[in-house]
Amino acid sequence: MSAPPYARLYKPKVRLLWWLSRRSYTLFVLRELSSVFVAWTVVYLLLLVRAVARGPAEYQRFLDWSASPWLVALNVLSLAFVLLHAITFMNLTPQAMVLHVRGRRIPGRLLAGSIYATWLLVSAFLVWLVVG
Amino acid sequence: MSASHDVVIVGGGGAGLRAAIAVAETDPSLSVAVVSKVYPMRSHTVSAEGGAAGAIRSDDSLDEHAYDTVSGGDWLCDQDAVGAFVAEAPRELLRLEHWGCPWSREADGHIAVRPFGGMKKMRTWFAADKTGFHLLHTLFQTSLKYPSIARYDEWHVTRLLVDEGRVCGVVALELMSGRVEAIMGKAVILATGGCGRIFPFTTNAAIKTGDGMALAYWAGAPLKDMEFVQYHPTGLPFTGILITEAARSEGGWLVNKDGYRYLQDYNLGTPSPKPVFRSMELGPRDRLSQAFVHEVEKGRTIDSPYGPVVHLDLRHLGAKVIDTKLPFVRELCHKYENIDPVHELVPVRPVVHYMMGGVHTDIHGATGVAGLYAAGEVACVSINGANRLGSNSLPELLVFGARAGQAAAQYAVDAAPPPAAAEAQAADEQRRLERELLGRAAGRERMSTIRTQMQSTMEEAAGIYRDGDTLAKAADKLRELRERAASATIDDVSRTFNTELTAALELTGMIDLAESMVHSALHREESRGAHQRTDFPARDDERFLAHSMAYREPDGSPRIEHMPVTITRWPPGERVYGK
Amino acid sequence: MPDQITMQVARYRPEQEDAPTFDEYDVPLRKDWAVLDGLNYIKDELDGTLSYRWSCRMGICGSCGATVNGEPKLTCATFLTDYAPGPVRVEPLANFPIIRDLVVELTDFMTKLGKVRPWIIRDEEQPVEEGEYLQTPAELEEYKQFSMCINCMLCYSACPVYGLDPKFLGPAAIALAQRYNLDSRDDGGHERLTILSQPEGVWGCTYVGECSRACPKGVDPAGAIQRYKLTAATAAVKALLMPWSQR
Repeated sequence: MSAPPYARLYKPKVRLLWWLSRRSYTLFVLRELSSVFVAWTVVYLLLLVRAVARGPAEYQRFLDWSASPWLVALNVLSLAFVLLHAITFMNLTPQAMVLHVRGRRIPGRLLAGSIYATWLLVSAFLVWLVVG
Repeated sequence: MSASHDVVIVGGGGAGLRAAIAVAETDPSLSVAVVSKVYPMRSHTVSAEGGAAGAIRSDDSLDEHAYDTVSGGDWLCDQDAVGAFVAEAPRELLRLEHWGCPWSREADGHIAVRPFGGMKKMRTWFAADKTGFHLLHTLFQTSLKYPSIARYDEWHVTRLLVDEGRVCGVVALELMSGRVEAIMGKAVILATGGCGRIFPFTTNAAIKTGDGMALAYWAGAPLKDMEFVQYHPTGLPFTGILITEAARSEGGWLVNKDGYRYLQDYNLGTPSPKPVFRSMELGPRDRLSQAFVHEVEKGRTIDSPYGPVVHLDLRHLGAKVIDTKLPFVRELCHKYENIDPVHELVPVRPVVHYMMGGVHTDIHGATGVAGLYAAGEVACVSINGANRLGSNSLPELLVFGARAGQAAAQYAVDAAPPPAAAEAQAADEQRRLERELLGRAAGRERMSTIRTQMQSTMEEAAGIYRDGDTLAKAADKLRELRERAASATIDDVSRTFNTELTAALELTGMIDLAESMVHSALHREESRGAHQRTDFPARDDERFLAHSMAYREPDGSPRIEHMPVTITRWPPGERVYGK
Repeated sequence: MPDQITMQVARYRPEQEDAPTFDEYDVPLRKDWAVLDGLNYIKDELDGTLSYRWSCRMGICGSCGATVNGEPKLTCATFLTDYAPGPVRVEPLANFPIIRDLVVELTDFMTKLGKVRPWIIRDEEQPVEEGEYLQTPAELEEYKQFSMCINCMLCYSACPVYGLDPKFLGPAAIALAQRYNLDSRDDGGHERLTILSQPEGVWGCTYVGECSRACPKGVDPAGAIQRYKLTAATAAVKALLMPWSQR
């Protein structure tokens, strides 16, 4: 009855490097990437356990291997990513979990604070185990 | 190609959605269309803040709510309509509660109520200070569960289809594509709201351009009581953003430049630290706005870059009350005035807020044209008379939205399908719109010039105080503006989302409505409620205990007649506040 | 303060061009003016062909979403002086198809909203004559935040998942589902479970958190989604371990 509809929608394409356009997006992608390094840390720890189980010679070979520059670099990088992973996880937890005590909501900061405190306590204990 | 439904509803706000649900529940086999120029959740119902009145407390009664409403309306209300309204309001509000509306509660879980202007008892239900927002979203989301409700989002209705005195549907423009279609309907319900944008300072959103009132007017339905324009006493200067009456019912004070609660000088009672019903800041809106004008004349207002203002003092309420009961007010003051009402005074002035007048309907929502119904601010039943009490408008949407929906559904069941001839009118309308679209790129002046002149003419002539000379001059000016508007420039010749074209259509409607307002005001030679004539300062029940009825003549000008008010329980008395 | 500011506004006229371009306008720089006031000035005085949505101008109707200097904003709630000396770049909301100039297509969200059944679902309806369903202020607090959504779509615009996968249900739709799930008067949780626990439901979310940052009403859709992941996971485990408790 009337002229044919003339609307032509423009559909913007998402750029390949969309995640570089905003700091928060970049941080997010790095956070996701950190899972790879978390996985490597687990593998590395398993290798350590296996080396210890096979006796002092094997353990020494493991330590020599660990001292090679590329592995040191990898592990330093992994530490950074694991810290990123842990900190972002601990910061985000209160948003996802709503806990009530006697009808009142626990404030997010308190929840995050207690998670950090627990982490530091456990870390301190482990350090004492290893060093002390 | 055109669409066809049993009931077509124009406008998707509180009244429109309630009507749609009413049709769907009355008879699920009827197909009902909601045609709105914006997505329904953008409708102006969303901005209402303060609350919705419904008498539910044991110390309250329907009679008291009715009396407050009738006296608040300066006896221009039709008392049979008011009786029905107050009786159905609590039930409608409860229905909203059942549909999920997050009404604020007492500690024991029951509905909480607050005091409000002009009401003798506490009966205003509220959802913090975003009552309209919650009401609209509840209605909209609930409407999604009825499969018989079809929606036409962002379709702008440009004309009613009328054949042999009977409404047969609408012609609408789909904004996204520019196509013009007929949407046939056995019954049409107008729920398009008011027309605050006729004035320069208003709480109203951009979309409040009186489209439905204009549609009815052009189709031969009379407009009733158009001269009654409500100024809300507390709008922010510059933007006109509403600061809810709830700020006053929670205890806020209005003070002039000397920090003096000036309302005590205007027969509104004596100041007390806590709010007193029907007294001082809880007086009716028309009296409070009139008091402001007198304060300006006495030089006791504060000068601001946007004209004289007074101050709303909320400091004594404390942060806890403000954050619980008035959080949106705090947010608005902070964002748009850079002011924290907990510590500072808020500048406010009266701004146009609501139209008591509108399309004439009976108590079932039926207009003067067969098959045409109206509900909400677009309609004038009249329950608000010469001045509306705050918190009566939201229940009005529900009560009369439901009534109009039921009545339209009943009519549609019995009515014959619309004649084919009516559909042909849609082709004429489409040709007219194309002429508008293509023929005015080289128009004589910008639309904004005409719109601004219309607004300043109305503010001067049809403001809080009026007189015969200014009104007569305004009538001439508006006639001139009507002619100039027909040749104003439309730069945009696109068919895709052409908002300049829709603005031109809206402007034409607004000028016609402005004319009906000015002529109605000219013919009412008395002062009543929100219509105050300096040349006729007294109320005249002998001549004017009647509604003004504006009919459109073939040359476009309004013809004014009068229709008596329905008085059942309360003969006209004196409006007493502050005692 | 200079008395003018340049606005670079995205234009798209489908009858004339294949892709958006930019037009520049100089508008007065007043301290009270929101970006929306700038757009209105352009339309009224400089170029009537500019199309954009707006209505309430007080941040409650949700019409006026746009991308201002790269961030999703309500043009009525962000001020020109925040961007002085300028220029201010105004583009349509990201992640949506563009109809014209600053107007984007929203039917996807409207469909998704319907899918989450955003209404009170009760096992047993009580007639209105019997009065209100009781709800304490504490029960109201549980869902109140999620009921504040104005459907402005800034969260969809900020969400990279929605940008990459338009099938994702999205922040606002899930937050509104939660608004009903957590309402003490509602019994419809299991009805909404199906749509919400699909891959394009809550599990599409990778907790970027940008939606909550962009939200002008403090709804925190990211929180709503993560909370529901817990609910959905618990429901799945329960169904596995105690299949007889399924309704």
